[in-house]
Amino acid sequence: MGILILRRSIAAVIVLVLASVLVFALSRASGDPRNLFLTEYTTDEDWEQWGKDMGLDKPYPVQYLTWASGAIRLDFGKSVKDQIAAVRVVRKKILPTLQLAVGSYIFAIVVGVPLGIMSAVKRGSVWDLLGRAFALLGQAMPGFWLGIMLILLFAVKIQIFPTGGKDDIRSIVLPSIALGWFAAAALLRLTRSAMLEVLDSEFIKLARAKGVSEVRVVWKHAFRNAIVVPLTYAGMFLTALLTGTVITETVYAWPGMGRLAVQAVFGTDFPVVSCIVMLATAGYLLMNLFVDILYGVLDPRMRSNTG
Amino acid sequence: MNTPVIKTLIGFLRILYTYPILPVIVVVVVVTCALFAPFLARHDPLVGRLQNQDRPPIWGDVSVISGKSSSPEFILGTDALGRDILSRIIWGARYSMIIAGLVLVAGAIGGTILGTVAGFFGGIPDEMLMRLVDLTLGLPFILVALATVVVFGNSMTLIIILLILFSWPGFARQVRAETIRLRAMDFVAFAVIAGASPVRIILKHILPGVVNTILVIVSLNVGQLILTEASLSFLGVGIPKPTPAWGSMVAEGREYISTSYWMSLFPGLAIFAVVFAMNFLGDWLRDRLDPRLRQL
Repeated sequence: MGILILRRSIAAVIVLVLASVLVFALSRASGDPRNLFLTEYTTDEDWEQWGKDMGLDKPYPVQYLTWASGAIRLDFGKSVKDQIAAVRVVRKKILPTLQLAVGSYIFAIVVGVPLGIMSAVKRGSVWDLLGRAFALLGQAMPGFWLGIMLILLFAVKIQIFPTGGKDDIRSIVLPSIALGWFAAAALLRLTRSAMLEVLDSEFIKLARAKGVSEVRVVWKHAFRNAIVVPLTYAGMFLTALLTGTVITETVYAWPGMGRLAVQAVFGTDFPVVSCIVMLATAGYLLMNLFVDILYGVLDPRMRSNTG
Repeated sequence: MNTPVIKTLIGFLRILYTYPILPVIVVVVVVTCALFAPFLARHDPLVGRLQNQDRPPIWGDVSVISGKSSSPEFILGTDALGRDILSRIIWGARYSMIIAGLVLVAGAIGGTILGTVAGFFGGIPDEMLMRLVDLTLGLPFILVALATVVVFGNSMTLIIILLILFSWPGFARQVRAETIRLRAMDFVAFAVIAGASPVRIILKHILPGVVNTILVIVSLNVGQLILTEASLSFLGVGIPKPTPAWGSMVAEGREYISTSYWMSLFPGLAIFAVVFAMNFLGDWLRDRLDPRLRQL
């Protein structure tokens, strides 16, 4: 078990280093970082001095190490736009993004799990067909388009929700649905197939044969066993939601990390971009590491699986 | 409510769910549009006339802002530059299909080569490949693509390269797992004893066993790929303007959503229809060819 954790951790660190090399290369490819500070009063001496200060006269590997040693301490340099540490600009946007991710996750669970159960229990009925239609819709609608259509319906035609921004509790509703529908669809399918499998098993047949009521069979016996499967995907969904926020936050002008990232990229604010990309990658790797270890703890068969 | 009517309706729906009738129709329509765009589109997709701007679809009546009436010339209406939406959607199908096709072929070939080699030989190459796969899956793709396009400039080639880089790990991972499974089989051991070279074993004994897996992953990935490309176009870093791309059409219409809904609605419906059809076909194919992949 210890070896598994060690192996996975080393692998995660390697991936993180590779990602940092890529981000560094991209930020250097975007041009001389001194250009960002250039004004009409800049002299050649200033230019040379900046080069020395920033270590640009040194070879690339040395520059990378300087950059990486800062990155480990979350020092990605100053944001070009705001002139404060990039990580401080990003930090202010984490909470709104988490709120949005949690909002859409709640939507996904509240809608996806019950519909999935209903689909499985009443297999082949109208409910099943409706549930699967919901899932097919969710997996095929582009998030940005769904967002715009929700605005059209519920903010322009029927004015019950704001078109964007983040004011009161109402403003989180539409973005949560736009972002969460995809996850709801996936949860629905997972719940449905897990429930179908459990309902087909011997102990359910035994319970029914004993004369246990159908409600008890579904909720007490089947549901408890089936819910494990969708829950194990929770981590995966959360990361997928965090990626989706880039689009959703842009559509709804939601003041989070996704929108900040898009603005920073177009404003060539590379310290902020590097900070967000590295944090997102690290978050993904940590989440995966956690899930891998959890699997190892829960299911001994997974421990021998190297790869 | 009339029960026989509902029963027939449910029966009809059940047929639609069981057989890929709708998806096949959608795919045929889209592929026809892609192949024959110059003949099917009635108007120039790139240049519009300003006197035609902001016309509602044929069943709509008058635009709220421009006061323009609908015209039988423009079935789905026109955009803010007076270009016919339907013609742009038809041309958009062509670009969407070209990109999806190129990316999936390249991704499948690359992923299969790397996956079989890594799975067959194991050891350090395998370890390196898996870390690369982890890297590609771990990076926030949209952001990296966004940054790359901003740095190197917007071009069709760059988008295709980025999408290939993003699509091969799915193949590599699954093909590798499949190769490891096949490698442990007796027929591979016999081939080794018979003195077959690794290249021959991979081509003759492993590859036929992973073809189904590859087909299923291709069909399951088409939809996702089209969505990703559309998202990039929506953010303004996809297919460069003024080339008609469904994603950027939705983005252009977004500004006028409160008055001229048709500019965003129809291109989005096109994306939805294609992705829906591809997902459905993918599921259907998987259940027939390789039910073990059901977890995907």
